[in-house]
Amino acid sequence: MELRICHLYPDLLNLYGDRGNITTLVMRARWRGFSVRVIEARLDDPVDPDASDLFFIGGGEDRQQRLAAPDLCGVKGSALREAAAAGAAILAVCGGYQLLGHYYRPAGGPDLVGLGLLDLHTVHPGPGSRRIIGNIVVREAGAGRILVGFENHGGRTYLGSGARPIGTAIVGSGNNGQDRGEGAVWRSVYGTYLHGPLLPKNPWLADELTAAALRRRYGSTAGEVALEPLPDLEEHRAAAAAAVRAGARGLSWPEARGQRPEHPS
Amino acid sequence: MREAAAIAAARLAASLSRLTRMGGGTTLPGRIAAAISPGLVAGLSSRMARGVVLISGTNGKTTTARSLAGILESAGLAIVHNRAGANLLSGIATALAAHATLRGRMRGEVGLFEVDEATLPAAVEATRPRVVVLLNLFRDQLDRYGEIDLIAERWRRALAVLPSESTLVYNADDPMVADLCRDHTGPVQAFGLEEAPHGEDRTLEHAADARYCYRCGRPYVYTLVTLGHMGHYRCPGCGAARPAPQVRARRVSIHGADGASATIVADGTMIPVSTVLPGLYNVYDVTAAAAAALTLGIAPADVGRGIATTVPAFGRGERVDLGGREALMLLAKNPAGFNEVLRTVLLAEASPVVLIAINDLIADGRDISWLWDVDFEVLRDRARAVVVTGLRAEDMALRLKYAGFGAEQVSVEHTGETALDRARGLLRDGECLYILPTYTAMLHLREILARRGAVRGFWKE
Repeated sequence: MELRICHLYPDLLNLYGDRGNITTLVMRARWRGFSVRVIEARLDDPVDPDASDLFFIGGGEDRQQRLAAPDLCGVKGSALREAAAAGAAILAVCGGYQLLGHYYRPAGGPDLVGLGLLDLHTVHPGPGSRRIIGNIVVREAGAGRILVGFENHGGRTYLGSGARPIGTAIVGSGNNGQDRGEGAVWRSVYGTYLHGPLLPKNPWLADELTAAALRRRYGSTAGEVALEPLPDLEEHRAAAAAAVRAGARGLSWPEARGQRPEHPS
Repeated sequence: MREAAAIAAARLAASLSRLTRMGGGTTLPGRIAAAISPGLVAGLSSRMARGVVLISGTNGKTTTARSLAGILESAGLAIVHNRAGANLLSGIATALAAHATLRGRMRGEVGLFEVDEATLPAAVEATRPRVVVLLNLFRDQLDRYGEIDLIAERWRRALAVLPSESTLVYNADDPMVADLCRDHTGPVQAFGLEEAPHGEDRTLEHAADARYCYRCGRPYVYTLVTLGHMGHYRCPGCGAARPAPQVRARRVSIHGADGASATIVADGTMIPVSTVLPGLYNVYDVTAAAAAALTLGIAPADVGRGIATTVPAFGRGERVDLGGREALMLLAKNPAGFNEVLRTVLLAEASPVVLIAINDLIADGRDISWLWDVDFEVLRDRARAVVVTGLRAEDMALRLKYAGFGAEQVSVEHTGETALDRARGLLRDGECLYILPTYTAMLHLREILARRGAVRGFWKE
């Protein structure tokens, strides 16, 4: 089996080690014996909706978003909508997440029109407002699985009825700092403010995206796309340590026992 | 009167802070002094006979200031310097107060201050500097600064209030810095590298920040990449290109971890320079220091001599005795800097033993996402062993796993002491340990080494 990944704007929307997500998807697929293909689509590059099954969009500052937005809607828009409707997985973080909504209203300048793939919009409350910055821990809405990461955004995101949040922020702010919701999901399209290398410490999400991508390519016969569990010892240890640094208590990960001593300073 | 009281209070606070071993006394005295006399920094700065030099940038502030200090001392000038790297206004105030008599006379002719990127506008206003040196802008501590463009915006504000007779010394090879300085109407002295070391063919790193033209948004075309997003670039859209620098480094050569050499060319003068500071980023730093020195009218011979006698600042290429073995401490705090440090290590040693210490305290940046922008993959097939420690040791170990390191190559140690001991135990005869820490991890490891008598306190530097 082959995992076919399309990395959108790898050199433009790549603010916070976003590449770590691609690295994670690629390594985990290789460890499971799948072959992997990564296509990079930059500004002006068209996207073939049938060529890739997992699309990734990273984060960027307002300036980079302004460069990416017209290209995302114009050059790549219909292909991404088509792929998503056909079950392809999409993960968008931070600036990329905002661009999957209907629009982003920045602190200055005109609105950026987004792809509208997720039923949400984002508003920056103005240059004087508090930026949402810090460690974040999220409990997933359904199965209660945990996501750990870091958020750093000025914009506040509000979901419509067509999207549901990934989960609830138990530490940190999430979408807008008001309703504790974090991220958005529609079909296999995920958007989140957990920026940069989100997947390494949250391998369950990496595997969920991978499974969706393989299902789209190889059909839904469960046996074909069941993912072998991997020994995620380092992943769980890092997630547990990050949760402790974030101040979340009472969470546990398999095989991640043994708390670290606190730093003297 | 107020000023005298402020100076006296600052001195007292500095002595107390050292006596009680609370720390180096590098910021608190200045905070107290500024509270007593808000105009202290401006007043004392204006009494520096040869003016004030401010140095800012993401990477290389401390080393550039130190190199320039070496040059100015070679030329026989007395300097006032925030040498311990306390680079907010309080640190500048502390250094000034420490060198002032109670009557406010300055013991020193030149003020030499490294300045935090975000503090630059306030520092320019307070000190009215004769020279401002802008080194580079890389992504760093975005959790603190928000966005790199916001720092660029602050620098724009700083340049707008720069006195018209002041000289702006800036890095022509950094597109973001050059774009800020392009329209500056006062005197400028740009510096840059004319070639990569040994004609090395470098390409843009994954994490390169400024790839798209600041004027029109088209991707720059590079004919030479030196470090991160720096090099010889041109926008194919609007034609915005690297300005031709007045001070140029040629024949750049890196000697592993033992230093570097180059020829600095300015106004038809050729200054051969060699430094014990390792790595290409330090070539930028000494070139910047040379450009600033020439602006101040320092003779070329003093420039060469000053650079040759500059020794690394604490933790930046510092050699440490590790109970009979040697260790080299190379501060690594952001992707561009870390990638260059990895290059330096690999140039120095065929199969190095490396200690990586990652913290996420405020001075490091609380967000450690940047670890995934560092190309640790280059170390995978070469490193004999990597010991990781620090508050985010687990994140670092995970990063190495996904860079393809084998589990047997990597060990996690939860204290600085055990990490140093374990790494030392892995060394074979004649080998050196490479310690790559973030800022507070570096201070922490140095504290342990100081207790063991291997290094001195950073404020005694």
